[in-house]
Amino acid sequence: MGKTLFEKIWDTHIVQEVTDGPSVLYIDKHFIHEVTSPQAFKGIEDRGISIFRPSQIVATADHNVPTLNQHLPITDALSRFQVDTLIENCKKHGIELYGLGHEHQGIVHVIGPELGITQPGMTIVCGDSHTSTHGAFGTIAFGIGTSEVEMVFASQCLLQTKPKLMRINIEGTLGKGVVSKDIILYIIAKISASGATGYFVEYAGSAVRALSMEARMTICNMSIEMGARGGLIAPDQTTFDYIKGKTFAPAGAAWDTALAYWQTLYSEADAAFDVELTIDAAAIEPMITYGTNPGLGIGITKNVPTAADMQDEGEQKNLEKALQYMGLAAGQSLIGMPVQHVFIGSCTNSRIEDLRLVASLVKGKTKHPNVQVMIVPGSQKVAKQVVQEGLDIIFKEAGFEIRQAGCSACLGMNEDKVPAGQYCVSTSNRNFEGRQGAGARTLLASPLTAAASAVTGVITDVRTLL
Amino acid sequence: MNKINTIHSRFVPLQEENVDTDQIIPARFLKATTRDGFGKNLFRDWRYHNDNELEPKQDFILNDASYSGQILVAGKNFGCGSSREHAAWAIKDYGFLVVVSSFFADIFKNNALNNGLLPIKVSEAFLASIFALDKEATLSVSLENQTITIDATGAVETFEINAYKKTCLLNGYDDIDYLISNKAAIENFEKNRV
Repeated sequence: MGKTLFEKIWDTHIVQEVTDGPSVLYIDKHFIHEVTSPQAFKGIEDRGISIFRPSQIVATADHNVPTLNQHLPITDALSRFQVDTLIENCKKHGIELYGLGHEHQGIVHVIGPELGITQPGMTIVCGDSHTSTHGAFGTIAFGIGTSEVEMVFASQCLLQTKPKLMRINIEGTLGKGVVSKDIILYIIAKISASGATGYFVEYAGSAVRALSMEARMTICNMSIEMGARGGLIAPDQTTFDYIKGKTFAPAGAAWDTALAYWQTLYSEADAAFDVELTIDAAAIEPMITYGTNPGLGIGITKNVPTAADMQDEGEQKNLEKALQYMGLAAGQSLIGMPVQHVFIGSCTNSRIEDLRLVASLVKGKTKHPNVQVMIVPGSQKVAKQVVQEGLDIIFKEAGFEIRQAGCSACLGMNEDKVPAGQYCVSTSNRNFEGRQGAGARTLLASPLTAAASAVTGVITDVRTLL
Repeated sequence: MNKINTIHSRFVPLQEENVDTDQIIPARFLKATTRDGFGKNLFRDWRYHNDNELEPKQDFILNDASYSGQILVAGKNFGCGSSREHAAWAIKDYGFLVVVSSFFADIFKNNALNNGLLPIKVSEAFLASIFALDKEATLSVSLENQTITIDATGAVETFEINAYKKTCLLNGYDDIDYLISNKAAIENFEKNRV
């Protein structure tokens, strides 16, 4: 029986099997940021050991940075101290840091790919659950806790049990106004926020093959939102074209060698998966969430479910609680409901292609006066490209505010928050209670749906504007 | 790391499913650079109105003084969402040594195990029978035997744990000790890679 893509990568990274236990898995690339690394550095120092392979670590400041006036000292004392701690730790341990002001700075899962650091066949970890994003390149990439960050510091390895494997095939052609964010929200709504726990998911099928790298990253990014440790997509010509010429991509003879290897990275025809699902791309509508986990989503023309749609008493209780928090009623339609905020950003949807999509829709239009719209580019590079392509003019004319790179209102660690009780259509990845600020009500959607709602001031089926 | 073996305690029932790590410890408390002191902000926004400790939400279980113990019992898919280990630190710092649920999110489970906090996965039926107990009831956990017992009824369920992790918890070892002891093999692996 042939190997899956996952097994091909996994098998070449096993240093040692542990009897009755997890394997020692070698990690090629370790991304770190200011929030989940300080305690790991402290742990290493308390043990009196040094970092084993500092050259395989790349650091950036993204989670806890302001998105305004990044050239000035950070005003929040705790945030400033945390960011300064990262700077000091990187200096002390010889780690490359793309901090505030650096041309490579940005959201960790945006900069890795755009700099060509993320390459097929790698194992990649980061103290952030959306590390699964890098799987779009055919890597085993997953989020880890701070103790595990410390383990990778100490040994460039982790003790890992091989996960089960799921393949989700998305076949056919997407409808008008439907983009990759809708695919992943559709999948999560279908299998629930815990439907892939214990699995690594390979996304395949003609609809996936037709997607750009940016769009593939959006899908892999949200694998964790259905509980999966990670998601991955076999690299193909789209992948190779994306990587070629990037800052840290192999060049010359090294490119040819790398490419020959990358071309072997796919699941064999007779490879076996523990679970396999097939989804019809044409059945997917623009999606939006109505609840407080990413699995509580619907096609935008559908009504919010009622207790009768739920499978058991537990689900009914969850629905009731979610709707109460969201200020929504069972059975209602979301279309036409006023929103106060639109957030376009996060490691899910802050890449240049996402912003081009938004610009294509809002060009020549202005935002509704009752809506505040914030665009937070994923990186300095994306921000620069926005200006080079003149998208900034479109956004300014539309009344959208453009900020500087960071995680921003996706997780509400910095000042960028949504006030209690207000609705925000967000291109981010989590609609948990209080995620975008205490009491904030988040509706997850694609950049197109977010842009449409910004223009109309109400939740809008983007297809009516196309 | 602390050792764990037997725990005999009352429990705190949190009858919620899909408890995500943003609820366990909201992002605004992640600005710390140490592992200490997260317990006071455990479930912060479920515990207090307006982020104010003087305004406890009376119906939240941690604010009900008649419940106590070292065991937190919660609904399925506990610890989903963000990988923040601060969630495990907060639960531990608050005083829990065990979390019982019918289903744990992967990253949270690993984070718990790496901090001497024992996640015990039980069946839905067993979980329901714990939730049905009165507040004075106690549970007994034996990691050695991999059992959790409802003391009042004697009902026992065995739970699974990876043999390696079990050894670590029983002895207070952590993965780093093991990984460092394998440095020669890791260096050898690096040398022999194609």
